[in-house]
Amino acid sequence: MDKKYEVVIGVEIHAQLKTKSKMFCSCAVAFGATPNSNVCPICLGLPGTLPTVNDNAIELAIKAGLALNCQIAELSTFARKHYFYPDLPKGYQITQYKEPLATNGFIDLNGKTIEIRRLHIEEDSGKSIHSGSESLVDFNRCGVPLIEVVTEPNIRSPEQAVQYLQTLKQILNYLDVSDCDMEKGHFRCEPNISLRPIGQTKFGIRTELKNLNSLRNVREGLEFEIKRQTKILDEGGSIIQETLFWDEQTKTTGSMRGKEESEDYRYFPEPDLPVLVIKKEKIDTIKKMLPSLPLQRKIYLVEKLNLPQNIAEIIIETKEFADYFDATVKHCPNPKLVANWLTTEVRAILNEKAITIINFKLNPQQLADLLNMLNENKITGKVAKEIFTEMLTTENTAQEIASSKGLFLIQDDDVLIKAVAEILEKNQDVVTKYKEGKTTIVGYLVGLVTKKTEGKISPQKIMEEILKRLR
Amino acid sequence: MISKELCSLSITSLREKIQNKEIKFIDVVNSVLNRIKSEEQKICGYITLFEEQAIKQAQNLDATIKDRENLHPLTGIPIAIKDNICVKDFLTTCGSKILHNFISPYDATAVARLKNAGVIIIGKTNMDEFGMGSSTETSYYGPVANPIDTVYVPGGSSGGSTAVIAYRGAIGALGTDTGGSVRLPAAFCGVVGLKPTYGRVSRYGLVAFASSLDCIGPIAKTVDDTAIILSTIAGQDEYDATSVNIPVNKLLCNPEAIKDYTIGIPKEYFAEGLDPKVAKVVERTIKELGKKCKAVKQISLPQTKYTIATYYLICTAEASSNLARYDGVKYGLRTTSQELINMYEKTREDGFGTEVKRRILLGTYGLSKGYYEEYYGTAQRVRTLIKQDFDEAFKTCNVILTPTAPTPPFKLGEKISDPLAMYLSDVFTTSPSLAGLPAISVPGIGKVNNFPVGIQIIGPAFAEECILNCASAIEKING
Repeated sequence: MDKKYEVVIGVEIHAQLKTKSKMFCSCAVAFGATPNSNVCPICLGLPGTLPTVNDNAIELAIKAGLALNCQIAELSTFARKHYFYPDLPKGYQITQYKEPLATNGFIDLNGKTIEIRRLHIEEDSGKSIHSGSESLVDFNRCGVPLIEVVTEPNIRSPEQAVQYLQTLKQILNYLDVSDCDMEKGHFRCEPNISLRPIGQTKFGIRTELKNLNSLRNVREGLEFEIKRQTKILDEGGSIIQETLFWDEQTKTTGSMRGKEESEDYRYFPEPDLPVLVIKKEKIDTIKKMLPSLPLQRKIYLVEKLNLPQNIAEIIIETKEFADYFDATVKHCPNPKLVANWLTTEVRAILNEKAITIINFKLNPQQLADLLNMLNENKITGKVAKEIFTEMLTTENTAQEIASSKGLFLIQDDDVLIKAVAEILEKNQDVVTKYKEGKTTIVGYLVGLVTKKTEGKISPQKIMEEILKRLR
Repeated sequence: MISKELCSLSITSLREKIQNKEIKFIDVVNSVLNRIKSEEQKICGYITLFEEQAIKQAQNLDATIKDRENLHPLTGIPIAIKDNICVKDFLTTCGSKILHNFISPYDATAVARLKNAGVIIIGKTNMDEFGMGSSTETSYYGPVANPIDTVYVPGGSSGGSTAVIAYRGAIGALGTDTGGSVRLPAAFCGVVGLKPTYGRVSRYGLVAFASSLDCIGPIAKTVDDTAIILSTIAGQDEYDATSVNIPVNKLLCNPEAIKDYTIGIPKEYFAEGLDPKVAKVVERTIKELGKKCKAVKQISLPQTKYTIATYYLICTAEASSNLARYDGVKYGLRTTSQELINMYEKTREDGFGTEVKRRILLGTYGLSKGYYEEYYGTAQRVRTLIKQDFDEAFKTCNVILTPTAPTPPFKLGEKISDPLAMYLSDVFTTSPSLAGLPAISVPGIGKVNNFPVGIQIIGPAFAEECILNCASAIEKING
C-alpha cells in the first residue's frame, strides 16, 4: 500500500438476535419459511397496532453490550426512523437514537484496542424481491430483533477490519446472542473508510460500503476503496461523501446515493413505547451469567493445559467446538491428545463433509473412549485411525470394533520376549553389524518382530526389549 | 314521543327492564334501528351499520340467556364505535378515502372487552378524517349534522358518535379524544363524553393520530352510563405498553361526594375568546355547584396561552409519522403508477383530504433536521410545564371546572376554510390532553340558543371517579 496515506476505517454491523419471537410481536423468527407466513397485524404495521418489547431480545443485547465492555444504560429510549420503502410497513423503523442501550465499549485484538461507540436495539425490515417487472415483499424478516454495533474510526487496515469482524462474530457466537451467519444475512456489516496524509489529525472524507456479505468481500471492498481514493487524492481530486455498493462480480464499488440526496430520517422518540428501564441488579445478574469468552478460554488452554497457541486458536474458533473439546477432556485425561485429534482427524472430517461439530456423528464420550485406548497404549495410532473411520460409518463402539477385529495390542510380555529371542537368533549377522556400531539397523529388527507378531505389540515396547537383549 | 321509546332510555334503566323481563333484547335493538332509519339520512352519523348482525345477536341473546340476574350491565346494549377503532371483519375507514376498503382482521382491545361483556355493536360512526378536525366536516363520507339543529356542526372529531347518541341511534358509543375530540362534540350535541387518563384504556386497535395524546373514551346520555362503559373497557393491556397497571374499580357515580370537594376555576379560561353567553351558563353552573361542594376557588394555569401551539406542534409531528404507513403498498387505496415514488405520491394525493395533508406537512416540517429542537423539542418542554401547572393546581383543589368549548356550536361550513379559527375550538380541551389527565364534558345548567353548554371537569391522573361524581352532581341539578 502507498505509504503516503493513513487508512481510517470505522465499522457498523447489524446482527440478528437469536430470539424465538420478533422484537415487538410474538411472531416466530425462522429463516427460509414460506414468504409472509410469520406475520401478524403488529409486524405488518396494520392500522391501530402497537409494539410491545420482547424482553429476551433486551437481555441478549445487554449480554452483547457487557461482553463488549460497554456501559449499559439504566434508561434508554426507542425512536422512529422514517423513510418510505415497500418492505418497511409502518413508514418508519423502530430503533434507538439519542439514548442507546449501551455505549463506550471496546474489543481487544491481540493488543490493539478497537473502541465501540454504541450498541443499540432495532427491528429489521422485510425483504423486497424483484423479478422481471414485478416486485414482491416478504415480511417474515420484518420486526426481527437486531443489534447495531458501531466502532469509533480506530481501524487502520482492511486486515484489521476483518480481524475485528471475526472477533466480534466469535464473541456473539460464544454469548449465544446471534448466529452471525453472513450468508443468511444474520450479520451484515457496513464499514466506512477514509484516507488522510500520514501525520494529519483531521479525518478525510469518508465513503460507506454496502452489500458486503462475506468477510472476503469486506477485505476486497476496502482494498478497492483504498486504491480508488488514493488515485483521486493523488490526482488532486476530492472524495465525495457517499454510500457505495460493492459489486461482487466486477469487484468494484458503485455509487448508491450522494450526500445531496441524503435522507432526513426525522427521528423522534417512539411514543408507543415507554422509556426502557433496566435495573442495575438485572445488569449484574446478566453479568454474572456471562459465559467465558474466547479470549479467556484461549488463555486457559495455553496456560493451564499447555496447548500450543495455534492449536488453542483453532479449538476456540467457535463456542461449539470449544465446548466439544471441554466435554471430551472430561472423559479423557490427555488434553494434548484430544486437541491433536480434534484439530486434525475430526476437523478433516468436518471439512470433508462441510458440517460443523454440532452435526458430527460421534459425541465427546464416544471419541474419548477411542482416545483412551490410544492413551493407555492398548492400540496403535494407526489402528486408532482405522477404528475412527469405522465408527463414522457404523454404530459400533471403539471397544467393539477393536475386539471383533482383534486390533488390541498384545500386553503379554512372554510373547514379546519369545519373539525377540527368536528373531535375534535367526539374524546373527544383523546383531553383529549392530555390535560393530551400525546402531540404526535396530529398526530393521523391530520391523521383523512387528511382522512376526502381526503388529499387535507396540513398536516402542519391541525396541525396548531388543535393546535390553543387545546390551 | 322520544321519551317513551326504549332507545331514549339509559343503560341503567334498560338493564332494569331487561332483568325484570319487561323487554327483550331484540326490542332494544329494533327501537334503536327504527330511530336510525328515521334520522340517519339527515345526520350522517354512521359510516357502516351492523343491522343484520345486531338483530341476529339480539335474537341469539333472547334465545340463550336464561339467568338475567347476573348479566354484565352492558349485555345486549347497542353501542356504536367510532370508525377509527378496529372491529374484526368490518371496515375501519377513519373517515378517509385512503382506508375506504380496509377491513380489520382484529378487534381493538376496547372492542374485545365490550364484546366479552355481550355488547351489541350497532355500527361504525362517522368522524373527521383520522380524527383531524373539530366539526366532523372533514370526513370523506360527508359531514355530520348536529341533531339539535341540523344547520350546525356536531363538533368533532367524534361527531358521529355524539350525534347518534343525541338522536338516540345508539345507547352508548366509543369516541376517541386526542385534543378534545370526545368532549367538544359531546358539548355541542348535549351528551356526556369522557376522556380517560392517558394509559387507562388500551389504545390497541385505535388507529393512531397522535400516539402520545390519543385516548378512547365513552359517550352516552348520562354520566352513569359513561361510567359503566369506561369500567368495562379500562385496565392494563399486554398489547399496549403505555397502558397502566392500576386496578379499575367498578365506577359508581356519587353526586353527594362533592361535598368534600374544592372546585378550582382557572382564571385563564375566562378571558378573551370566551363567548359571553357561554360564560353565563358556566358561571351559573359554578354558582349552583358551589352550594353543594366544599369550596369554589380561583386557580391559575399560567401556561394556558401556549397550549394550542404546543398541542398542534406535537399532534402534527406524531400524525406525520403515524400516517406514513398509508402508502398504497399493503392495503387501502392504491393509485397505480409505473414508478414507486409516483405511486406513493399519487396514492397519498388522492387518498388524504386537505386537513390531513396540512397536518402531515406541518408535522413533517416540525420534525425535519434543523427544526426539530425549535419546534418539537420546544413543544415537549412546554408540555412538561403544562403538566406542572396542573400538579400545582391539584395541590389546592380536587377537580377543575372550565367551559368545554369557547363558543356554542357554529354552522356547517362556517369555519371549514379557516383552520386557525377551527383550531381555537380546542382551546380548553387540549391542556388536559397534553397533561394526560381525565376530563369529562357534561351539559351545564342553562342553554344558549337552544344548545346545551358543555362543562368540562378535569381531574388528577386516574381520578376518573372524582370527575364522574362532579359531573353527576351537575346532571342531578339539571334534573
